[in-house]
Amino acid sequence: MSRARGISRRSLFKVLGGGIVVFIGLDPLTTRAQDARRIYPEDFNAYLVIGENGRVTVLSGKIEMGQGVLTSQAQMVAEELGVELAAIDMVLGDTDRCPWDMGTFGSLTTRMFGPALRAAAAQARQTLLALGSAKLEVPVAELVAKAGVVSVAAQPGRQVSYGALSKGARIAKVLDEKALLHAVAEFRVMGTSPKRLDAVEKVTGAAKYAADIRLPGMLYACILRAPMHGATLTHLDTAEAEKLDGVTVVRQAGLVAALHADPQQAALALGRIKANWSTPAAKADTQSIFDYIAANSGEPRSVAARGDAAGARAGAARLFESRYTKGYVAHAAIEPHAALAEIRNGKATVWASTQTPFPTRDHIAKALQFETKNVRVITPFVGGGFGGKSADGQAVEAARLAQLTGKPVQVAWSRSEEFFNDTFDPAALVNVASSLDPNGKIALWDYLVYAAGERGAESFYDAANLRIRSVGRSMFDPASAGASVHPFAVGPWRAPGANMNVFAVESQIDIMASAAGMDPLAFRLNNLSDARMRRVLQSAADAFGYQAGVAPSGRGIGLACSIDAGTYVATLAEVEVNRASGKVKVLRIVCAQDMGIVVNPEGARMQIEGGLAMGLGYALSEELRFRGGDILDRSFASYQIPRFSWTPRIATLLVKNDQVAAQGGGEPSITTAGAVLANAVFDATGARLFHLPMTADRVLAAIAAKSR
Amino acid sequence: MKKRIHFGLNGRPIAFDADDEQMLLWVLRTDLNLTGTKYGCGEGQCGACTVIVGGRAVHACTTALKHVAGKEVVTIEGLARDGKLHPLQQAFIDHGAFQCGYCTSGMLLEASAFLRDHPKPSRQEISAHMERNLCRCGTQQRVLDAIESAADQIGAAS
Repeated sequence: MSRARGISRRSLFKVLGGGIVVFIGLDPLTTRAQDARRIYPEDFNAYLVIGENGRVTVLSGKIEMGQGVLTSQAQMVAEELGVELAAIDMVLGDTDRCPWDMGTFGSLTTRMFGPALRAAAAQARQTLLALGSAKLEVPVAELVAKAGVVSVAAQPGRQVSYGALSKGARIAKVLDEKALLHAVAEFRVMGTSPKRLDAVEKVTGAAKYAADIRLPGMLYACILRAPMHGATLTHLDTAEAEKLDGVTVVRQAGLVAALHADPQQAALALGRIKANWSTPAAKADTQSIFDYIAANSGEPRSVAARGDAAGARAGAARLFESRYTKGYVAHAAIEPHAALAEIRNGKATVWASTQTPFPTRDHIAKALQFETKNVRVITPFVGGGFGGKSADGQAVEAARLAQLTGKPVQVAWSRSEEFFNDTFDPAALVNVASSLDPNGKIALWDYLVYAAGERGAESFYDAANLRIRSVGRSMFDPASAGASVHPFAVGPWRAPGANMNVFAVESQIDIMASAAGMDPLAFRLNNLSDARMRRVLQSAADAFGYQAGVAPSGRGIGLACSIDAGTYVATLAEVEVNRASGKVKVLRIVCAQDMGIVVNPEGARMQIEGGLAMGLGYALSEELRFRGGDILDRSFASYQIPRFSWTPRIATLLVKNDQVAAQGGGEPSITTAGAVLANAVFDATGARLFHLPMTADRVLAAIAAKSR
Repeated sequence: MKKRIHFGLNGRPIAFDADDEQMLLWVLRTDLNLTGTKYGCGEGQCGACTVIVGGRAVHACTTALKHVAGKEVVTIEGLARDGKLHPLQQAFIDHGAFQCGYCTSGMLLEASAFLRDHPKPSRQEISAHMERNLCRCGTQQRVLDAIESAADQIGAAS
């Protein structure tokens, strides 16, 4: 255990008062991967403080957007530190109080940050045991630490509380990676499903989101938006807007806004601003975008290769060639982006709905030309993120307007702005060529993905000859040709890229199973040596009550599996296809997941169910319509997200695997939604859908094409 | 044009001067600082702003103040009474029927008005009734579980 360096212990305790503090530095490699420029103390991602009153404060740069990490992080600390959950206070996403964190995404909180958090708590427990040993004059080996008390094992009456041990202590430790963690068999708080810590606040309306924060004298801003992406302002007349009582109009390059103490007056004023725009010609639209991407993308890079793909292709008795496509998908969190900014005495404080408080702080500092230490971002509860709140334009807008007006300013995007400014899941396409040997083994797997990136593209099947390529390492890689072909911003969307890739991979597997006259489960098992995946598939099938059958069996049963964020997932679904309307109704879903150690089983199930319920959207209805930079869907009236009547019973199965550390939970299940439903539609009708979403029109067309 | 507006809010009479064409949502959130009622779309498409006016669940974002005058309004802040959670609130907690929580206020008020008029609904009836309320986190199954269980409990108590 080394002493804390960097910030002085004195200034640290000036902020904290006394107590015992453990810094959590992630593995140096991980830290470097996050941002090579970070130095101590900012390379320490959180810490916990045991105060003199015995309360434990956990400070973490992660944020709560519904995924339940407020509770699961507290559980990990309670487990390893030996305190009750109720003794813990969580502080999340406050850049002045919590050390640097790159953001909450990628299902990383539990699998990457979790081990460090647990180790820190375990280390604090060891520190308390050492202090307790000195105080009670009993060797550490004869002590137990639990429920916030160190006591003598043989004489439980001889005890001292954590608070008493912290009193007067000024101990700062840096995490030692060799801290002793509780074994799974010893778990008392982890592995259970306590009531969520945000439960009462969220059912009583007390939970605060960014748009709920109020400051005296604050103004509400409505910002002038271009009619389409790529448009330039040619004429601006704000005279009529400025006549409204109490209105402030800001006219800056790239930022024109009407502000008022009453949000409705601000909206009224915005409506009176006259603007003319010059708009560029559209290069692509909802239909033509896929050819446009293929024609304008750069060179593919190799993701994986083995055997002789070219030879296998030349020698294939039957080549299965498919092209899969998926349109742009919106995040459509029910909370639109919002922020409130205040600048006082040269310091900006911004309450923002963001998944990335620290990068947001940096963006604001740059826009205001402030030093980062003079910007504080505070993250209240976030009303859904799904990757969309990794973009933080609203926070920068609020900060700039606060700087320009000298007043606190709220920017809360309207639903239309939310659609217009979204960083969409990109339109993407995949070309696959594959073949089988006479034993139903995959002989060739030749895979090329455009614009979705590589997540989910790698194959876990035992293909003898394989070539996997991707144009663009990730969908939002600025170096990727994929990113530059889109007519508006794209960005991470729950399991970025994997929804597209798993749709393509698992549809193609089903095509081959059907052609080989094999049951889709048997076909997969015949091509899989990965024991974890075999077990998850079999568990899901058993839970579903799956009976073997060659598709199309007419039953409407689909199967799909994937590995995402370290988690193995297999999903089965049963659908009913209305042959007159083309409408797909999902009757039931069963999903099995091996995610290693499960911190909070009920929380894990909620994420599995949530992912699948959300996934019904990109599978069945969600596709942003556009013409060039003009976003045509800007409301829930035309952009249909899943509703109650669509949602089937979703049964979840957590496949026990305590040998593996906790893996990702927020994203894996959604990756199977497109494929499992496409395969179920094929099983029901014999019609294969190669494009997501599978709208009723497309299902009808596919059925009609099949019967021709 | 400002007028004196009277209505009941969470069991208490209130009166203030306001333009009665204003939408209730902004009056609640801005003038009365009751921020539990959420903005989701501003056009009655998502249900995040659902409140109860005169016993009926309405979208506060499209309900002008003039339609509220003289009526009783219940917002999420008024659903728990005397420090005790409404059975629906408790059921939402017990069934894990929320994640981000942003749509939860609207869900609870929509369900609460529904159960008052339909004490013994089928799951299908609940689902059909909740159709206008959107949840992006995908909690629909648990929301239905929670409403079903609260309906049973309310039914048993009455």
